[in-house]
Amino acid sequence: MPESEALHASHRLEYPYARSVGPVIGAFLTGLRDGRLLGVRGSGGSVIVPPTEYDPDTGDDTGEVVEVGPGGVVESWAWVPDPLPKHPSDRPFAWALIRLDGADTALLHAVDSGGPDRLATGDRVTVRFRPAAERIGSMADIEAFVPEGGAA
Amino acid sequence: MSAVAGRRTPRPVSIASFAQARNVRRDDEHNEVEMLMPVVAEVFGTIGITKDDIDFICSGSTDYLIGGPFSFVTALDAVGVWPPKSESHVEMDGAWALYEAWVLLQEGEIDAALVYCFGRSSPGNLNEILALQLDPYYVAPLWPDPVSLAALQARALIDAGKATEADFAAIASRSRRDALDNPKAQVANDIPAEKLLEDEYIVSPLRRHALPPITDGVAAIVLAAGDKARQWSKPVWITGLDHRIETHSLGARDLTSSPSTARAAEGAGVSDGPIDVAEIHAPFAHQEIILKEALGLDETVVVNPSGGPLAANPLMSAGLIRIGEAATRISSGRAHRAVAHATSGPCLQQNLVCVLEGE
Repeated sequence: MPESEALHASHRLEYPYARSVGPVIGAFLTGLRDGRLLGVRGSGGSVIVPPTEYDPDTGDDTGEVVEVGPGGVVESWAWVPDPLPKHPSDRPFAWALIRLDGADTALLHAVDSGGPDRLATGDRVTVRFRPAAERIGSMADIEAFVPEGGAA
Repeated sequence: MSAVAGRRTPRPVSIASFAQARNVRRDDEHNEVEMLMPVVAEVFGTIGITKDDIDFICSGSTDYLIGGPFSFVTALDAVGVWPPKSESHVEMDGAWALYEAWVLLQEGEIDAALVYCFGRSSPGNLNEILALQLDPYYVAPLWPDPVSLAALQARALIDAGKATEADFAAIASRSRRDALDNPKAQVANDIPAEKLLEDEYIVSPLRRHALPPITDGVAAIVLAAGDKARQWSKPVWITGLDHRIETHSLGARDLTSSPSTARAAEGAGVSDGPIDVAEIHAPFAHQEIILKEALGLDETVVVNPSGGPLAANPLMSAGLIRIGEAATRISSGRAHRAVAHATSGPCLQQNLVCVLEGE
């Protein structure tokens, strides 16, 4: 073997586990695939979205699944002028905490408003799903939220 | 519950020694072990002890920064692995490693412990690495970066009327001016707040000055109890130590307050006496406002005289450094009673509060 020839081996670090998402997260992700937004009723009667198996305030089991949205109110937002490679949008967008109609907690997702001057806390937005054939039961099934009554 | 974790601690424990590396943007010349070795030597050497004088070692770090599993095992080479010592590790900031060592000291089986931590942030992409600590089903698939999440919190604070962008700039300006007196600081300068407000937004409403620097750094503390606490140094007692966590559901929290810090402060007995100085782990400028309120600190308290995490923010170490800096203020006679705080997770999800007092 010539001295200049170095040996190479490729190495890919991975954790090839499959996880079961269970009855509550599973219901939410299945809902996304079907184009619906679901929450769960907490022990004090409040509706938690995205849903968890336990109430974050009390630790008690949560109850019935309820449909929420598709519209909601922006509770806080942050404008991203230069999206990073893995961000859910390749053009400027806002992260937002959105309290969906019928919910008592907020969901984090992207808002495609077209500009920072076209979004404010308290604004109403509505969900924009990907086409049904592209949905797989993931948060990415929501393309973005858009201002209600006039998309960007 | 505060009787266990809080101020009514059965056994006094002292911060006997503290050391940290000079914090830098990028240390390409040393691996983690090489960065730790001089700091471990200093933390022992300052009080004239060796590894043989301690009974337990606990470290804080994360494999995600290094990109390889069990990196904390390799890091033990910085202390020396023979003869073997009882040893543990937390995948957290060193402040939580200190907590574990402190709990063991409370048991009374041991009298001294070494706590160390290391965080080389420069080799990887922090925006992607830190997204991996988020909810794996609802949040991580969207890859929100830490600056974006902090910006959501900052906006909520502004909307609630609790702060303005000028307040963020004032905190950043003061912190980095104070850092001019800290030879270990990474970012130290004297720029007026009005000038900082001319920065561009990174993610609005946060401009560059309100963000922490990316830092490579390591730190270490020796804890001592019993006779060793007085033999090794003038004691700086831990009179209270507590930590609390909030839900991982960001949208279920009020991001403008920090109830976990408030509960930890109560457990640690912050309000039992006057506080002279506070070292607060607020990586983003606006978080200092939230934490000061949660800790119940008034305007007489000197906050982050070291410059704080806005001057140097080595991941997994910046929290332990707060405890070390606060202890140093006491041991040097510039303060009598101090509070140190460490945080972990997005938007101040988990918080540790440590109350320190001199004699």
